[in-house]
Amino acid sequence: MATLADLKISEVKLAAEQTGKWGMVIDQDICTGCQACVAACAMENNVTFVGEVDSGYGRSMHWIRIERFWEGEYPEVKMTPNQPMLCQQCGHATCEPVCPAFATVHSQAEQLNLQVYNRCVGTRYCANNCPYQVRSFNWRDYQRPEPLPNQFNPDVTVRRVGVMEKCTFCIQRIHKAQDKAKSEGREVVDGEFTTACAQACPANAIVFGRVDDPESLVSQLGKQSHGVKHLEELGTLPNVTYFKGG
Amino acid sequence: MAYEKKQTEHAHADHQGHTAEHFREKHLMLDPLPRGQMNDMVMESMLEKPTWKYWAVIGILSFIVVYFLFYKWGVLIAKGQGVAGVMRPDYWGIFLVNTVFWIGISHAGTFISAILRVFRAEFRRPFTRAAELMTTFGLVQAGFSIFMHMGRVWLAYWLMPYPNQRMLWPNLHSPLTWDLLAITTYLLSSTMYLFLPLIPDVAMARDRSTGWRKTFYKTLALGFRGTEGEWTHLRNAMNIFAFAIIPVMFSVHTIVSWDFAAATRPGWSSTIFGPYFIVGALHSGMGAAVVVIAVIRATMKHMKYFIRSEHFDAIGKLMLIISMAWAYFFFNDYMVQWYGGDKWTQQLLHFHEAGPMGWMWFTMLICNIVVPWAILWNPKWRATPWLVGTVGIIINVGMWFERYIIIPISVTINRMPFTWRLYKPGIEIPMGIGTLALFILLYMIASKLIPLIPVWEVQEGQMAHELKKFGRETVVTVSELE
Repeated sequence: MATLADLKISEVKLAAEQTGKWGMVIDQDICTGCQACVAACAMENNVTFVGEVDSGYGRSMHWIRIERFWEGEYPEVKMTPNQPMLCQQCGHATCEPVCPAFATVHSQAEQLNLQVYNRCVGTRYCANNCPYQVRSFNWRDYQRPEPLPNQFNPDVTVRRVGVMEKCTFCIQRIHKAQDKAKSEGREVVDGEFTTACAQACPANAIVFGRVDDPESLVSQLGKQSHGVKHLEELGTLPNVTYFKGG
Repeated sequence: MAYEKKQTEHAHADHQGHTAEHFREKHLMLDPLPRGQMNDMVMESMLEKPTWKYWAVIGILSFIVVYFLFYKWGVLIAKGQGVAGVMRPDYWGIFLVNTVFWIGISHAGTFISAILRVFRAEFRRPFTRAAELMTTFGLVQAGFSIFMHMGRVWLAYWLMPYPNQRMLWPNLHSPLTWDLLAITTYLLSSTMYLFLPLIPDVAMARDRSTGWRKTFYKTLALGFRGTEGEWTHLRNAMNIFAFAIIPVMFSVHTIVSWDFAAATRPGWSSTIFGPYFIVGALHSGMGAAVVVIAVIRATMKHMKYFIRSEHFDAIGKLMLIISMAWAYFFFNDYMVQWYGGDKWTQQLLHFHEAGPMGWMWFTMLICNIVVPWAILWNPKWRATPWLVGTVGIIINVGMWFERYIIIPISVTINRMPFTWRLYKPGIEIPMGIGTLALFILLYMIASKLIPLIPVWEVQEGQMAHELKKFGRETVVTVSELE
């Protein structure tokens, strides 16, 4: 697969070489659209429930969503493969430079796009500038009905009204695994842990791992020729590869 | 012989229309009154006892400001942006439309008083103050609107570069930070530029008032007595500001346009947005200025002496030229995007014209191009205050629609069709009306507190202009005073 790194533009090449530590491969051909990843993500990351009305008006706060499209004109409509859409953890993210408060930053250690909730003032420029439209804003102080407050994940901050949030590639799991490996004096093994969405996927359509390790499953899968990265032409260097029509 | 006679007769008939009376009636600069009388007229227009109508309007506007602006803002802060119409993908809504709109309105003040002052356009003299007040009051509304937009407005000071223990500074890569700095610079410099030419007038008012007003004007006048040295300093300061504020004005709306142009969105990544926004700002600004001037002329005492049809004629010409310039930039922006053939941009352009909000796109073109072109070409219509004022209102409606199309309608179409959704405004509408009410309210209060006519500037112009007779010919001469 020809990537941006193959281009002869030095900056792009440099950025492409520097970027990417954690990555994901999503196989749309085996995705059943069951939404287990959406539910698991909400549980793991304390993503709030906005209710029917707000959700219907486009205020759902899922960090991962299943996009479905139809092709053709009625009555000859054909459904396209389900497309799980989440933060692509771009190596050259458009959301980062536009935040006036440095709430949207690039982590050097994990090579991920981070959202610093307590620094966010809610200008929503990052969400506007995200070509994947995967950022969620806390439009209200949504109340969780009982017994939902009992299942908060203590490793993840609960966000309040007026801040932006988005997929973190379950950074709390990354850190847990890294801490464990460090205490045992070894490197993190591929497949030792995974994100909530990948863990919950009954079809194993989502694979997560180190993209900078050529031996990892995610790197091996990523080499398949029918892999595409969404909106790669914008130069965002996304770290999620999609398979469709393999 | 007969031909020659006819010629003289014709010339004579022509001169009938150009007698000294004719000139005086038409041009304020050629119709001088004694300085004391003119000062008294301006004082009277300001001190005139407000009628019940004035108080009624003040009362209604105050209610709107308190309820629609401040109470609703409290609701917005308490409940979050969910009470507004914003959602995915329309993260930016009417609050930002209003921000751009009010910054646009504020451009006319600087344009009229700085650019026309630099170019010595004599017709500017009686209404520079009215336009400068618009700048400052418009920027106040723009500031309010941008703060309404923020999800956590109580942390707005984080956008300011201030020393703090964590050594965190605002992100200077962000167009919003440039915007904040540009608007703050513009607000401060335009307020100073409003104040400088005000000094001789408040000094005049100080000498003609008693009681608390005396103290008020005394404080504002900074001890100005009108000596040669004071005038020299004041002129120098005004000259520096007039030249310095022009690039500030240009930069402000260019930077506002970069909030959009620097983003990676179809329809926004446009290199022409900078000048397009500036011309758009002048378009709405001149429209608003002419409305304000028409209202002042109709409602305040003695204003028919200061503001005449010649002024509406002059502003009308400017409005027509700016409308043509806007049409040029609009066409250029549209043409290049359409020709580019990017599929998302084409979707967007189609959505603008043929989408559910297509009526707004066509109304914008009618308000911004058709109406000004159809009316302002005619010198007689152009000199009719109520008509030009109506055109001004229509242009402002069109320019508000233009910003609405650029922001909430354009962000509806993005590169993720799954998220496409039409924006339905909520609390933004009453709060936007609240900013309009606050603008009018501030203006009405200011009209009773400071002289709306820069009377020294009018007197200076009248001293420079003279009617001279060469044979039977009456001609206008202008001398250089400065």
